[in-house]
Amino acid sequence: MNLKLLTKSIWVFHAACSPCNNCDIEILDLLTPRHDVERFGIVLVGSVRHADALLVTGVPNYKTKDRILQLYKQASQPCLVIAVGSCACGRIMFRESYNSPCDLDKIIPVDIYVPGCPPKPEAMIAGIVKLIKKVNENRK
Amino acid sequence: MKFLFYFLVFPGFLFSSFSGLLSSWIDRKITARLQYRVGPRWYQNFIDIAKLIYKEVIIPENANSSFIIMPFLGLISSILVATILGVGILGYSFVGDVIVILYLLLLISVSYIFGAVASSNPIASLGASREMKLVLSYELPFIISLITIIIKTRSLQLADILKFQNYFKSNIFSFSGFFAFLVGFICIHAKLGLVPFDVSEAEQEIMGGILIEHSGFLLAINKLIKSILFYSLNLFLIVLFLGKDLSFIFLLFKYLIILVLFILVKNANPRLRIDQIIKFFWGPIFILAILSLLLTLFGY
Repeated sequence: MNLKLLTKSIWVFHAACSPCNNCDIEILDLLTPRHDVERFGIVLVGSVRHADALLVTGVPNYKTKDRILQLYKQASQPCLVIAVGSCACGRIMFRESYNSPCDLDKIIPVDIYVPGCPPKPEAMIAGIVKLIKKVNENRK
Repeated sequence: MKFLFYFLVFPGFLFSSFSGLLSSWIDRKITARLQYRVGPRWYQNFIDIAKLIYKEVIIPENANSSFIIMPFLGLISSILVATILGVGILGYSFVGDVIVILYLLLLISVSYIFGAVASSNPIASLGASREMKLVLSYELPFIISLITIIIKTRSLQLADILKFQNYFKSNIFSFSGFFAFLVGFICIHAKLGLVPFDVSEAEQEIMGGILIEHSGFLLAINKLIKSILFYSLNLFLIVLFLGKDLSFIFLLFKYLIILVLFILVKNANPRLRIDQIIKFFWGPIFILAILSLLLTLFGY
């Protein structure tokens, strides 16, 4: 598999896993004129089958736990997973909550964590750069 | 051997996909500039296609074989359209190639519809039904505008249509030709599935519609069909309506003008509902097409 091509055109599927919508607003900010990520070939797509990366926001709860696993299985491999926001990275204050069973990385393998509540668009771009570097190093 | 070369290399597969992907890049770039963005680099579409070819292909459990066959049918017919058009401009053509092109263009839509229905996904079949209604609405005015040109130039042959325009003037510079151009432009806009008429793969409401289950190289082929069509239908409009002087510089100039027109119309309009599209094509556009037909019959 040629992962070098994948890093040059990452098609992103936005998987909202019960977020509070702050991260989602910041993600949409990435596509606006100020941080135009289409420069690097990053595009939001509508269907998981087209996706190269899942952008997961929010804390997985009992309902979304199964669905996020299903989404990951439906995506065509290789599919990278990006956890956006402190909730998806480590559940912050919902860690002891009655409705949150486990962390996101217990359900699906996460490639990169972007912490912040919500993370700035610049932080997300920095995360994507780290992801690309990581993929390229693993390839060697 | 010569025909194989025509089909695979020069006006056919390689050339048309290259120029189609380049036109799609122009589309993305101008769209980005209109929204005050920077936009992708010029080889972005090539990378997208190459990446999709390497990815895993998922075939749904209940899908049947036409899920795999149909994209290839669409690809072959779109290459044939590009080949016939290119060869027609070079001067080799046969009687009735306009009708063959019409038939092949319909075959591409049919391949979309069957490929979507074969995936056994409810959203894909929703997209397929929308595509079917779209075909039913734009096909009649498109054929009438073609008939206008055929009556005007008194021939069914691309080379003769070009010869007629070279001898007199481009078809667009007469009343009937201008109205026929408007009708043909809007119908081809719908055929390409650009924004006011992109109900069949509306990403925001039905998540890719007809393409929802396609992944890997099947999706790559579908993207390639879109690009080749984008190139060859532009060329078709030029041959039918602006065929006065087709030397390389003028051809490029006309091609870019038509392309930018498509992109501007695409960016200036919101998506229409399917019932609005049917009313639009069977109402004002149909009347405009009939008007251009009558004007031709009276010789304007």
